Amino acid sequence: MADKKWMPRWFYQLASPRWCYDITGKLLPIFAIAAVVMLVAGAVWALVFAPADYQQGNSFRIIYIHVPASILAQSCYMLMAVAGAIGLIWKMKVADMVAKSCAPIGATIAILSLATGAIWGKPTWGSWWVWDARLTSMLILFFLYLGIIALNSAIENAQTAAQSTAVLALVGLVNIPIIKYSVDWWNTLHQPATFTLTERPAMPSEMWVPLLVMVIGFYCFFAVAMMLRLRNEIIQRERRSSWVRDLITG
Amino acid sequence: MVSEYKVDGPFLGALKRDLLLSYRRKSDLVNPLIFFLMVATLFPLGVSPDPGFLADVAPGVVWVAALLATLLSMDSLFRSDFEDGTLEQMLLSPQPLYMVVLAKVLAHWMLTGLPLTLLAPLLGVMLFLPADGMSGLVISLLLGTPTLSLVGAIGAALTVGLRKGGVLISLLVLPLYIPVLIFGSAAVQGAVTGLPLGGYFAILGAMLSLGLVMAPLAIGAALRISVSG
Repeated sequence: MADKKWMPRWFYQLASPRWCYDITGKLLPIFAIAAVVMLVAGAVWALVFAPADYQQGNSFRIIYIHVPASILAQSCYMLMAVAGAIGLIWKMKVADMVAKSCAPIGATIAILSLATGAIWGKPTWGSWWVWDARLTSMLILFFLYLGIIALNSAIENAQTAAQSTAVLALVGLVNIPIIKYSVDWWNTLHQPATFTLTERPAMPSEMWVPLLVMVIGFYCFFAVAMMLRLRNEIIQRERRSSWVRDLITG
Repeated sequence: MVSEYKVDGPFLGALKRDLLLSYRRKSDLVNPLIFFLMVATLFPLGVSPDPGFLADVAPGVVWVAALLATLLSMDSLFRSDFEDGTLEQMLLSPQPLYMVVLAKVLAHWMLTGLPLTLLAPLLGVMLFLPADGMSGLVISLLLGTPTLSLVGAIGAALTVGLRKGGVLISLLVLPLYIPVLIFGSAAVQGAVTGLPLGGYFAILGAMLSLGLVMAPLAIGAALRISVSG
C-alpha cells in the first residue's frame, strides 16, 4: 500500500457518498449561519454605510451584488469542470454528483450577474445591454450552463450523463480565460476588474472591505446551496442502499 | 526492417471510406450548400434589399449562414456509423482513435466547409460585399470552418447515443462557435475597410491549431462514453 499519510483522512473519505452525506450535514449549519451573517452584515455595510462613488453616486452600490455574483458564476464553472474531470478520471461518484449540482446553481448566479449588470448599465452607460466583450462572454457562460443542463437531462443513464457533461464542461473551460481577460484584451465599455489578489484595490478601504465581505458571503451561500443539492442527489442516487433506507425509515 | 505500425494507415483509410460513402449519397453533400444559399437569400428579403445596408451586414450574414450550415450537417457525422455498428468497431480497433476521428472530421470538412468556402464569394456578390472583402472572406472561412467542424464533432459525439440529438447539438455547440464567428466576421469587416488582417488570421489559426490538437481527444472520449452508455 502506498503511504497516504500526507493526505488527511477526511479528504479521501469524501469519496464515500455516505460519509459525504454525514459531513455535509454537520457543515451545513455552520455555512448557513456564516452566509446569513456575512450577507446581512455586508449588505447593510455596503448599502448604508459605504461612501458614495464620486462619479457614479449611489448607483455604484450594485457592485456589491454584481461583482460577487460574477466571480461566483465563474468559480462555479471551474468547480464543475474540475469535479467533472475527477469523476471522469477516477470514476468517483461523489465528484459526478458535485458536478451535476453545480450547473443549476451556476446558471442562476450567471442570470443574477447579467441582471445586476443590466441594472447597473442603465444609469451608467444609458442602456440596459451593450454588446461588449465581457457582457457577451458572460452570456456565453450562461449558455454553456444551459447546454450542460440540457445534455444532463437528455441522457437517462446517470453515469453516462455525468461523463458526457464532464467532457462538455472541460471543453467549455476555454471560455473562462476569455471572460477573465476580455476587459484587458478588448478595450470596451466595461470597467476593468475591481479586485485582484495581488494588488491593493484602488478604491478606499471603506468601499472594498464590504465588497470582500459580500464576496465571502456569496461563497458561503454557494456552499450551502451546493451541499443541499448534493445531499439531495446522494439520497436519490443511493436510494437502494441500506443506510439511506435506515435514514428514511428512521 | 519493415515497420508494421503506420500512423497514416487508419487516417487515410478512414478518410477514403468517408469520402467514398458520401460520394455515393450525393444529396447529403448538396443539402448544406443549398441551405447556405437559402439563408443568405432570406436576409435581403427579410431585412432590407438596400445594397448599402447589405454590404454592411454581408460579412456577418455569410459567416452565420456558414455556421448554421455546418451545424446542420453535424448530426449525421457519427450517426450512421453508430447505427450500423461501425463506430463500435472503430473504438475496439487497436488503431489510434485520434487519427480515425481526425480523418472523419477532415472528411466532413472537405464535404461541407470547403464547398461552403468556395461558394462564399458568390454569396458575397449577391450581398454586395465590396470586392476588397472577398479575399478576407475566403481566407477567414478557410481558417475558420475546420474549427467549426472540429468543435461541432464534439457535440455530435456527445449526442450520438441519443435518439433526438439534432437540437441538442446546436445548444451545446453554438456557444463554442461564438469566438470563431466574432473573429471570422471581424476579419471580413477588416478586409472591407482596409485594415491589416494578420492579427485576425493569426487568432483564427491559433483556434484551429488548438482545435486540431485538443478536439480529437474530446471527440474520442465523448464517443467512448456515448457508445458504452
